[in-house]
Amino acid sequence: MPRPFTPKIITANDLLEGDVIYFTDTNSWSRELTEAELIEDEAEAQLRLLEAEKDALRVVGIYLTDAKSGDNGPEPTHFREDFRRTGPSNYRHGKQEAAANV
Amino acid sequence: MYKYNDFDTAFLAERNAQFRAQVERRIDGSLTEDEFKPLRLMNGLYLQLHAYMLRVAIPYGTLNSDQMRALALLAEKWDKGYGHFTTRQNIQYNWPKLRDVPDMLDALAEVGLHAIQTSGNTIRNVTSDHFAAAAKDELTDPRPYAELIRQWSTDHPEFQFLGRKFKIAITGSSTDRAVTRAHDIGLRMVERDGVAGFEVIVGGGLGRTPLIGKVIRDYLPQADLLPYLESVLAVYNLLGRRDNKYKARIKITVLENGIDTIREMVEERFEERRRAFDGTDQLLLEEITAHFTPPKLRGGNVETYLAAYDADPVFRSWADTNLAAHRDDNHAIVTISIKAHGQTPGDATAAQMRGMADLAERFGYNELRISHEQNVILPHVHKSDLPALHAKLKEHGLATANVGLISDIIACPGMDYCALATARSIPVAQEIASRFDELKLEHDVGHLQIKISGCINACGHHHVGHIGILGLDRAGVENYQITLGGDATETAAIGTRTGPGFAYDEIVPAVERLITAYLSLRDSAEETFLQTYRRVGMDPFKAALYPEAQKKVA
Repeated sequence: MPRPFTPKIITANDLLEGDVIYFTDTNSWSRELTEAELIEDEAEAQLRLLEAEKDALRVVGIYLTDAKSGDNGPEPTHFREDFRRTGPSNYRHGKQEAAANV
Repeated sequence: MYKYNDFDTAFLAERNAQFRAQVERRIDGSLTEDEFKPLRLMNGLYLQLHAYMLRVAIPYGTLNSDQMRALALLAEKWDKGYGHFTTRQNIQYNWPKLRDVPDMLDALAEVGLHAIQTSGNTIRNVTSDHFAAAAKDELTDPRPYAELIRQWSTDHPEFQFLGRKFKIAITGSSTDRAVTRAHDIGLRMVERDGVAGFEVIVGGGLGRTPLIGKVIRDYLPQADLLPYLESVLAVYNLLGRRDNKYKARIKITVLENGIDTIREMVEERFEERRRAFDGTDQLLLEEITAHFTPPKLRGGNVETYLAAYDADPVFRSWADTNLAAHRDDNHAIVTISIKAHGQTPGDATAAQMRGMADLAERFGYNELRISHEQNVILPHVHKSDLPALHAKLKEHGLATANVGLISDIIACPGMDYCALATARSIPVAQEIASRFDELKLEHDVGHLQIKISGCINACGHHHVGHIGILGLDRAGVENYQITLGGDATETAAIGTRTGPGFAYDEIVPAVERLITAYLSLRDSAEETFLQTYRRVGMDPFKAALYPEAQKKVA
């Protein structure tokens, strides 16, 4: 029996900076996971992935990954995506550094 | 050390110009990522979890001060102020921007450094003994041969698209500081009838299937090095499996075909290939060897060293752990620990790199080495300079006296940076180091190697750690397996798994239980952890690690 579909987001890395980005419901890319589009339907997920892949020349490694709905938008369900959302744990670099500088 | 000639300089300039154009074409959309990826990987540029990563080769781990300053420049100008030294004697920059990478490569080329073949299914950076040309137990300096191999393997048309990456290590000493038995090819200088040659070991490697290499030739004349290596590579290229990347390394080729079959095939090819070598390689080796003339070591007494050793316990502690015997009794080999307790193993800031470059110039005949253990070495320091050197190291936060001790941990970048990792390594290493610093047990515990990998690929060499730790993803949670009894030296051994893994917050207490058990089991303060393990076996350590299981049995 196929596994039930779980909600997804689309993520990738920015071509020039290399940092983690998320596909939004307005067909743009955001550096904030909270602004990602949470896709609840399997067929829709595949269509949205095709849409995102149109940007393959300026983003790298586009893929669907599990997420869940949170108070401020999508949240990761796996620690790998949690680290991608924040940055490394040995320095406040990456997105946590950017957040600290806002 | 080797200095680039006009050909080398022109080669790098041309190669960098080529890559600059490729980057431009990727940015303007002329190249897709599928087209660009193999090109960037050929130049050491990966895409990791949070950013790009540029991996720069430090051939056989040898640097001069200008080269170290160039590494500092890259860290400061195009990264976040630090670099990460790895187990392959490379340095990795974790935050470069794509557009900047060609400039970074040009800056490296100015001092004779590059990132070629630090990635891809090709012959990787050749590693060597970090005490080369200084160690008391050395037969011959292995670095001229390593340089010869580097020049031979760089852009070698036959070996650019191997079934998998290929790693060669070389040592000139009886003590193996280059982990030669865990490489695709390990080369160890040996003597026969008073003439130095190579013991050739093939099929070692860690990763998913950890194996200790087998001796394919117990003595190879020096002049036959390249044709013999070429023959091994040619047989691997032919027989190596390309149907399954997990079975593609030469260790599997040797395992599946048997060392005798491989030896027979290699010898057959060797007879053909050596005829194609007309001696040009030997002329080149002569030229290269001339660059590795040892420094003219100065004389003078060592009174200041002896006085400081007697008077200053902090200096004495550092000298006892961080110095190694030099072939000249008035000199010492200094290992600078870049493993301050609680810091990331292998990371050095730009300021620290510059500091080390200055100290190498002032006290170390302008030579530095990077060890596979992720430390920096000044191979030749006159003992009378050691107190002044130590004082300067303190100013740079580089005087940690822990070389070979429990906090001198090898740790791969793990899931904090690496796209392949399945768990984090760095914070585990940081916490173990901090814990034992707080317990003030480190020097009492003595020689102990902990090696941590964040995935099965084993970049942290966990299989050959006295205590190995492997981070895995178990049902969406970080989990850490422990192995015991691994050994990276000439008595190489793969560690044995203790049992079920530990959650992230359980791994440091588990290591502490292991150490407590060792302290109660050892028969004297001189018996190392590895010796105790070999004497008493796994059971008492297992009992310490899994006390709940013991209760159930009772």
